[in-house]
Amino acid sequence: MNKQEYTITVYTENQVGLLNRIAIIFSRRKINIESLNVSPSESESIHRFTIVINETEDVVRKLCRQIEKQVEVLKAYYNTNEEIIWQEMALYKVPTDIIAEKVKVERLLHQHGARAVVIRKDYTIFETTGHREETEGLIKALEPYGLIEFVRSARVAIIKASNGFHEKLKEFEQKEPGEELIENEFLDKQEEVFTM
Amino acid sequence: MGTEISTMEILKTTEVANSPLGVGSNISGSEAVLKAMIAENVQTIFGYPGGAIMPIYDALYDYQNELNHILVRHEQGAIHAAQGFARSSGKVGVVFATSGPGATNLVTGLADAMIDSTPLVCITGQVFAHLLGTDAFQETDVINITTPVTKWNYQITDANEIPHVLAKAFYIAKTGRPGPVLIDITKNAQIQKFDYAGYTKCEHIRSYRPKPIVRKEYIVEAAKLINEAKKPFVIFGQGVILGKAEKEFKKFIEKGGLPAAWTILGMSAIATDHPLAVGMLGMHGNYGPNVLTNECDVLIAIGMRFDDRVTGRLDKYAKQAKIVHLDIDPSEIDKNVKTTVPVWGDCKETLPLLTELIEQKEHKEWLNKFNEFTQKEIDAVIHEELNPSTDILTMGEVIKTVNELTNGDAIIVTDVGQHQMVTCRYAKYNQSRSNITSGGLGTMGFALPAAIGAKFGAQERTVVAVIGDGGFQMTLQELGTVMQSKIDIKILILNNEFLGMVRQWQELFNDRRYSFVDITSPDFVQVAKGYYIDGQRISKREELKDAVNKMLQHKGSYLLEVMVGKENNVFPMVPQGCSVSEIRLS
Repeated sequence: MNKQEYTITVYTENQVGLLNRIAIIFSRRKINIESLNVSPSESESIHRFTIVINETEDVVRKLCRQIEKQVEVLKAYYNTNEEIIWQEMALYKVPTDIIAEKVKVERLLHQHGARAVVIRKDYTIFETTGHREETEGLIKALEPYGLIEFVRSARVAIIKASNGFHEKLKEFEQKEPGEELIENEFLDKQEEVFTM
Repeated sequence: MGTEISTMEILKTTEVANSPLGVGSNISGSEAVLKAMIAENVQTIFGYPGGAIMPIYDALYDYQNELNHILVRHEQGAIHAAQGFARSSGKVGVVFATSGPGATNLVTGLADAMIDSTPLVCITGQVFAHLLGTDAFQETDVINITTPVTKWNYQITDANEIPHVLAKAFYIAKTGRPGPVLIDITKNAQIQKFDYAGYTKCEHIRSYRPKPIVRKEYIVEAAKLINEAKKPFVIFGQGVILGKAEKEFKKFIEKGGLPAAWTILGMSAIATDHPLAVGMLGMHGNYGPNVLTNECDVLIAIGMRFDDRVTGRLDKYAKQAKIVHLDIDPSEIDKNVKTTVPVWGDCKETLPLLTELIEQKEHKEWLNKFNEFTQKEIDAVIHEELNPSTDILTMGEVIKTVNELTNGDAIIVTDVGQHQMVTCRYAKYNQSRSNITSGGLGTMGFALPAAIGAKFGAQERTVVAVIGDGGFQMTLQELGTVMQSKIDIKILILNNEFLGMVRQWQELFNDRRYSFVDITSPDFVQVAKGYYIDGQRISKREELKDAVNKMLQHKGSYLLEVMVGKENNVFPMVPQGCSVSEIRLS
């Protein structure tokens, strides 16, 4: 099995120490986390981790089960890039005088959909949002014009097929949840499983 | 900074402690901890006091009639004792320890309990909340240190949290796949008075599903495979014992006529002399179960996790077989061995459903094959081990003598190494929860404290701790606990004057380069005498039976040291990196 980029989405309780509990599942297996974002979700009190790693599906599946096993984790999903809509935001600091002089630079920024966040005498900060190639493309383009600083955020992603978490959460709160909650991933691939 | 408790506060604590229920009253966090213990039906606590847990110990002073606190000699002893208690009783083991070194001394036991799925609740004291992160005296970040080795952990800084967090702790420790939980309580929260509204047991945590709803489709598929099988083989682990499903398991294998082999932790779930019991799996397991794993057509794994010591080389493990895996923990399914039919659930529920659907069968010819392999193993290894032709005592004949004199009714606690493998190979058991050992972590020094705990967990049973000369020296300070708590355990040291298992590997794989395995020991009998524990040392066969008998008949604890062959090896053996069918008889 080949390694590829997977985005893991984890719904959790908001609990001190949980970030560490999840992070060590990766570090214990010497797996590097490419990107990690923690944010609220549409359900109040439920937090959402978005983790990007480069691994084989087999490894990612096992990691997700280990994550889901943690007491304060409600659900963990993994998806390929085709199955999600995702964005990353980047900030670029460039010298204002060069920007002002070189019209080419201005055009460049327009082409990359960059927006000026701050304009000062000494420097200007631009922002772009997009996929990795897009934010990285602008670095390359700005480098000849004295790029002073660059920073990129973690990935945020939404699973295309997801209906959100609020309905599921209601089920989780039941003492005797319906069958959909105890999703049995083996059953979903029944044919595959039983013909092995 | 440790003197913030005013005398007034201490007085108040004592007053409230004497009120019958304390409900609705203003009680201290410490008392709330003890009330939680009582509500959870905890009778025995293993612990060691210290600065940061003093308020809890102060409250305990008034609860000595309700709670039996066993003072150990080292916190590692406390947690292994709690493990032994949990394993012999099926209840949650409880530990109290202080902050800093008290807490870090628990780490080995936590790791052991985590990998062997033992339910524990450990309470550690912590420095005052306002001192967290200041490198205060005896402060360690116990939550982060213990995160990888606990099922759940939590730090309490406000007494109001104590009742519901402890309720969660007990619920998490004992449900689903059990495991250790650690609750760290800052000193201010232990002292703090709060409005106590009583203790309610936890029955539901929305983010935690201890067990799934069993899906019948899988049971049907599994039953189909079993019914079609010509050479079905059951391998089972501690899940059967943890799920309290011994009866269900017995019915299942008896109806299907299914030969069954155990992992080291599954041992004693069925009687070792059951006609379908074919022996132990793994590196030093029995010949038949290992070889025939690679001949069976359907392998039914129940409550076990395909540890590398069981599977040997994974890419040559049971490749010909269809695999049915019953487990309560979904992360175990497909983790090491790809499953044909996964039966996710509590085996207490899934086994009866499966039994209903399988056909009554005998598989005589197939079972015979196991017997043939057993005969080969007897001829090559077992006969000589149990009836040696030389004057040198073997570990096997000592265990055989224990079997004869206890009728297989004793709890046998083992440490780690050659004596552990020999004991698990040759010990006879009639009832469940009789074999207590450190399986997954292989913690030397486990046996003595675990035996203490096991005795408290099953006071009516004989407890024999079988320990090597190396492992005994790792935790022999717990003889002090044996002495002070006046319990009755039988300590059987099998002394080969070597760190025997490592020596065996050095002999077989490192060209006999014996690197630091030659360990000298004190006079163990004299050491025991120092603790007012009687004992004797023997080295001759003619003394053996009388000595074991004397040990078992002795009123109170007793230490018997048996000098055994220095360079005896444990066989059969699946060498590391080899397939189970490449098991060596010599």
